[in-house]
Amino acid sequence: MVLELNKENFDAEVLEISKSMPVMVDYYSPKCEPCQELMPEVHALAEKYDGKMKFGKLDITQNRRLAIGQKVLGLPTMCFYKDGEKVSQLSGDDLTAVEIEEEILKFV
Amino acid sequence: MNKEYDLLIVGGGPAGLAAGIYGSRSKMKTAIIEKKRNPGGQAATTEEMENYPGFAHGTTGPELTKKMTEHAVAFGTEIIKSDVVEVRCQGEKRIVITRDGQELVGKTIIVATGAEPRILGIKGEGEFRGRGVSYCATCDADFYTDLDVVVVGNGDAAVEEAIYLTKFVNKVTIIVIHDEGVMDATKVIQERAFANSKIHFIWNSVVDEIVGDDLVTGVKVKNIKTGEISDLNCDGVFFFVGTVPKTDFVKGLVEMDDFGYIPTTDKMETNVPGIFAAGDIRQKYLRQVVTAAADGAIAATAAEKYIAEEEGFKTDVLDADKPALVIFWSPTVESTFETINMLENSVQGKEIKLVKIDTYKNRLIADRYQIKKIPTLLRFVKGEVVGRTEEVTRENTLNLIKN
Repeated sequence: MVLELNKENFDAEVLEISKSMPVMVDYYSPKCEPCQELMPEVHALAEKYDGKMKFGKLDITQNRRLAIGQKVLGLPTMCFYKDGEKVSQLSGDDLTAVEIEEEILKFV
Repeated sequence: MNKEYDLLIVGGGPAGLAAGIYGSRSKMKTAIIEKKRNPGGQAATTEEMENYPGFAHGTTGPELTKKMTEHAVAFGTEIIKSDVVEVRCQGEKRIVITRDGQELVGKTIIVATGAEPRILGIKGEGEFRGRGVSYCATCDADFYTDLDVVVVGNGDAAVEEAIYLTKFVNKVTIIVIHDEGVMDATKVIQERAFANSKIHFIWNSVVDEIVGDDLVTGVKVKNIKTGEISDLNCDGVFFFVGTVPKTDFVKGLVEMDDFGYIPTTDKMETNVPGIFAAGDIRQKYLRQVVTAAADGAIAATAAEKYIAEEEGFKTDVLDADKPALVIFWSPTVESTFETINMLENSVQGKEIKLVKIDTYKNRLIADRYQIKKIPTLLRFVKGEVVGRTEEVTRENTLNLIKN
């Protein structure tokens, strides 16, 4: 499952949770084509690593300040959180599911 | 056993999709191999699309390419999601090898992988990618609402995307390498940019370095005339400095220029028989959706003709039980009509088949047998040339049959 995040639940569902389990956040927007292409693959990865990593997604058009606060200023971006902090970030419109999975494996 | 395709198209942008439509509509077994989940190529990342004929307003890049995809699939084009790493020739077979180890076999291949944004390699460009450096305005414009951005480049893409960004941002500064007032973009687009109060220009300049802490905070702009470097504060930098062709996977096989673009004939043929190229990947004058689609249509049609000619020649000459006499003629050489009449009479009642190759339409087979003079007559037995004459008289013909 990929939880829809926003400024109300981000602290609890990402930063707090990451103290007990790694969290990946998919930063996206409805207009970003590469993001839309990756989304089904992110859902598939969430299924595959269910119980080992928590997955969330954040629509930056609704949560721009939150995204910028997380140093995300380009899409698509995947951020990884551990122990209450961001520990890794992948960006670029040529980002592939394979690269995302390689990064996931560093934390699970 | 791998199934064999008539036509394999590498790349699902407008060129590949148009080739798919033409290929599958002419009943060829056709597949498009596309790396991304959704076909569309670069066109799918451009929101503004106002020069594709028939769509003055109201279509976008993603919408148009989605319709092209549906169109190709409706005629029977198969879409395979995979990344092609190599193309090989094996006899008359053309083979595509994918990153996940699949081998796809085709009679013909169209290379339509297009181009991707050029990366300049400026200091800070890689470091700040996704944190202020962007190559996709529709992806990232939202982040810069009411902020200041820099656009690097001055072609159609750069200026169009700068105009798009003004819908979101406070100010766009375009860094132009040319003299004041000179840009590579089309006049109508330039005029629109000059009239836009949110767009500012810095002329005779390039970006020397991107600076920031966690996020981009500015750029160092270098005036190429004076060498002077000045600081410009901004929150984002968008690069639209042209594209580079994605031709690595055919390097060493298909001829290309110093930049990696593939030269073709006007039938989209590369130097390798059975391999065609279409779209932005070609050496060409104008790289647009409409010219890519046109290339695709031509390439698929040429591929179909190629298969028909190759298979015809194989059945009638190379694999035939009987010896064959092959006359290379041309409708532009009037005397060859008489030659053909004479040949038809000469072979009558003999155990030999007469095959006519129109060199005006088909240069490929003529070139393979180094036909320099029209007419030229060859005699084949079991697929091998056993006799040849460039003086196609009745006497020489009868001698050729006898030997």
